[in-house]
Amino acid sequence: MTMVLNHTGIADADHNADALKRQGSRERRALASLTLPGAILIFLVLILPIGWLFWLSFFGASGEPTLENYTRVLKPIYVRTFISTFEVAGLVTLICVLLGYPVAYLLSQLSERTAGLLMIFVVLPFWTSVLVRTYAWLVLLQRTGLVNTWLIDAGLISTPLPLVHNMLGTVIGMVHVMLPFLILPLYASMRAIDPVYMRAAANCGATPSQAFRQVFLPMSLPGLAAGVALVFVLCLGFFVTPALLGGGRVAMWAMQIANNISVYGNWGAASSLGVVLLVVTAIILYVFKRLFRVDSFEGVR
Amino acid sequence: MPTVYKEAAMPDRVEIRNIKKAYGSFHALDDVSLDIAPGEFLTLLGPSGSGKTTLLNVLAGFVRPDSGSITIDGAEFLLLPPHKRNLGMVFQNYALFPHMNVRRNVGYPLRPRGVSGADLDRRVEEALGLVQMAHLADRGVNALSGGQRQRVALARAIVFEPSILLMDEPLSALDKKLREHMQLELKRLHDRLGTTTVYVTHDQREALTLSDRIAVVNGGKIVQLGTPDEIYDRPKNKFVADFIGETRFLPVETNASGALLYGRPLRTRDDWKSSDKPWLVIRPERLRWKGDETETANRIEAEATDVIYQGDSYLITVRMPDGIELDLRRGPDLGGRDLPERGQPIQLWLDREHTILVADKS
Amino acid sequence: MLNRPATETQITHFQRLWLYMLVALVFAFLIIPCVIVIPMSFSGSKYLEFPPRSWSLQWYEAYLGSPEWRAATFVSLRAALLTTVFATTFGTLAAYGISRAYRAASSLARGVFMLPMLVPLILVAIGCYFVYAKIGLNGTTTGLVMAHTVLALPFVVIAVLSGLASYDMNQERVAQSLGASLPWAFLTVTLPQIRLSVMSGALFAFVTSFDEVVIALFISGGENATLTRLMFANIRDQIDPTVAAISSLLIGLSIILLVGSHLLRGREDRK
Repeated sequence: MTMVLNHTGIADADHNADALKRQGSRERRALASLTLPGAILIFLVLILPIGWLFWLSFFGASGEPTLENYTRVLKPIYVRTFISTFEVAGLVTLICVLLGYPVAYLLSQLSERTAGLLMIFVVLPFWTSVLVRTYAWLVLLQRTGLVNTWLIDAGLISTPLPLVHNMLGTVIGMVHVMLPFLILPLYASMRAIDPVYMRAAANCGATPSQAFRQVFLPMSLPGLAAGVALVFVLCLGFFVTPALLGGGRVAMWAMQIANNISVYGNWGAASSLGVVLLVVTAIILYVFKRLFRVDSFEGVR
Repeated sequence: MPTVYKEAAMPDRVEIRNIKKAYGSFHALDDVSLDIAPGEFLTLLGPSGSGKTTLLNVLAGFVRPDSGSITIDGAEFLLLPPHKRNLGMVFQNYALFPHMNVRRNVGYPLRPRGVSGADLDRRVEEALGLVQMAHLADRGVNALSGGQRQRVALARAIVFEPSILLMDEPLSALDKKLREHMQLELKRLHDRLGTTTVYVTHDQREALTLSDRIAVVNGGKIVQLGTPDEIYDRPKNKFVADFIGETRFLPVETNASGALLYGRPLRTRDDWKSSDKPWLVIRPERLRWKGDETETANRIEAEATDVIYQGDSYLITVRMPDGIELDLRRGPDLGGRDLPERGQPIQLWLDREHTILVADKS
Repeated sequence: MLNRPATETQITHFQRLWLYMLVALVFAFLIIPCVIVIPMSFSGSKYLEFPPRSWSLQWYEAYLGSPEWRAATFVSLRAALLTTVFATTFGTLAAYGISRAYRAASSLARGVFMLPMLVPLILVAIGCYFVYAKIGLNGTTTGLVMAHTVLALPFVVIAVLSGLASYDMNQERVAQSLGASLPWAFLTVTLPQIRLSVMSGALFAFVTSFDEVVIALFISGGENATLTRLMFANIRDQIDPTVAAISSLLIGLSIILLVGSHLLRGREDRK
């Protein structure tokens, strides 16, 4: 680094100003470059391909720009798929809330140690592969599976119930996968509710159910909203469980996309479906974030 | 011109020129220039937000100024990255590495300098010996008290024989007794090592104890630079006079013949040449509570309104003719018998050489 | 005892009995599928039974004895290990950069690194499949590792960011003042102190890759078929009890990783 010296031998102060500024921006660039390897990878694997597909979705089979891929999406069969997907997602989310809220509530009211111990029931499924859990449900619910065998042995039924390869099996399997996704963030946000408020409510003469309804419930809503948004959005795009437990009878969006590619080789349809899925996901997340002031969906694991 | 700082055996002259640092419209450092003599102990003294820590951080390389220059022995220093500056730094909260024990903390700066093995061990022992911490060399840092941690931090800062030592309010987290003890130790260490030291504090007594020179800093500027007694006895303005010592002020009128205090002539040490309105600097220890009735010069008439016993001294509140109230500390030299009573009129005298006037700005 | 108050609002245990029972049922619902496969995998007959009438290791032998299954396992393990290395390295660097950047830049970076979590997996899968087809990365380990690394990045970044949040960054300044360059300071002072978070992130990265199904279905194939892909095909087409043995092993792996993560978290909290 060369230095301009004035006649007293001391470097010119203003000249330093430029050098200092340059040093500062060099430092900032160096720090930013630390994120580059990861960011580049994300670009290559995520942004570029999906962007390309997005681009492609506006072109027809013969290469001319068209909206036919999107108009095709409005055909009855696709519409039915949308509706079916939303129905399943809604149903699964609802069940998860009904089952998960009480669990999160009880855990949040116990001591941290006890809750930590009991959490294993939630966390172990969470760490178990989706494939393994789906397979387990298959084994449990199939015609010759455990549940049917017990029911028959107990004399409650005479022929096996169709518990899987249909909507029922799919919903059961999906609820099993999604429950931890609801319980964990909800638990965290419930833990953060200061018990002082419930105490105050009791002091003011509220009955337990009043205190719960008027104090605790509203305060747990942001956490609940985060969980609900997460679960719903995950259900929309879910593939593995519906594919294995649905028996082809449950039309889910993700499967439609997959079929369009692996069976029909129809990239146009698949990309337009994919784009619509992405947009719907983004809208739902955004709406929830705004409505319920959810800060981040980060805290799951 | 070499910009890699070379290690020198002799302490070095530091020349700070025109350092400016602004955060938006806030001028943290406003065209600061300063020379530091080789081997001197210089204190940057000022209130919080005055810019003293910012200046230290500029020296250390943690804050990049907008413009200016710092040369050490003629070589430009400012563009060097912090780790090439060969400075020892002791921080306010010690910042010892918690995942290393004392020995490894102190040895840390030696490794990037290529020192290892037996040589490293010896130097670590020496440094720890200088701060009387050699017996705790293998302790983890979490097991140390505040004073001990600070000594380890000091050892770590001197083990590589830096050319300059920077200290950022290192004693402020210690209790009073320990702080005073450590001040003396620091002074002794400086006498022994002779390293140029730049010390930041807001405690004026600490500054007076430790420094060869004090730079009083306020509003991003150096308001006065001088030896401790210069700062104390010849403050350049009201701010400096107020910051050092337990100072009180009284407004003073000037007319053609000189200064007047409540209508009486005031014989001052220096002539008042400025057109600004002066203030009389009252240092309680310079007041005379006893004097001859006939001494009219530099006599202050007041009424005692409160007398509070404070163990080693009395705090006496007095009211001036114009209603201004001052609380003045007075030693116990006269026993309890000569203390004024509430409501009693009293007289105070200031000797001429202790009658100092200052303006708001210098 | 049931009439003792359970909470601040003086509701008794008895009144909340329904809650306890519901939660117990949900727990049973959650945990039974996870563990029931294990004893069933030791079934001695041709079909899976519970409880098994006879015990045998035949399905484990079928798994370990099959070259196909072994190859798939190896593919998955290799991909998971490579993913762990890359995701942990890139993610840790990114988290460090994010934590030191200015507000605007760091928000942007954070958003970019959270994207893989928010985009539907099926879309990532077909996107990759499409682009990889053009550049011949389908069916390769490289392609798989790239995709899995991207999936794992958000978890590593979150884990390391949380570790950095409770770390005193001042220490790097101190290290620099003592003569350490910034990279050296990072390696000798910061990294040792955030290593638990980094290891936590590495664990997530491993699990994310090893268990991943959807992307593997599309872009791993032929010789490079992952364990998950093979299992998926197997489950869909026939109920081969070998899958039960593999599932049991995977559950065991989950338990080990879960315990590991718990221990890491515990040591982190104790600091």
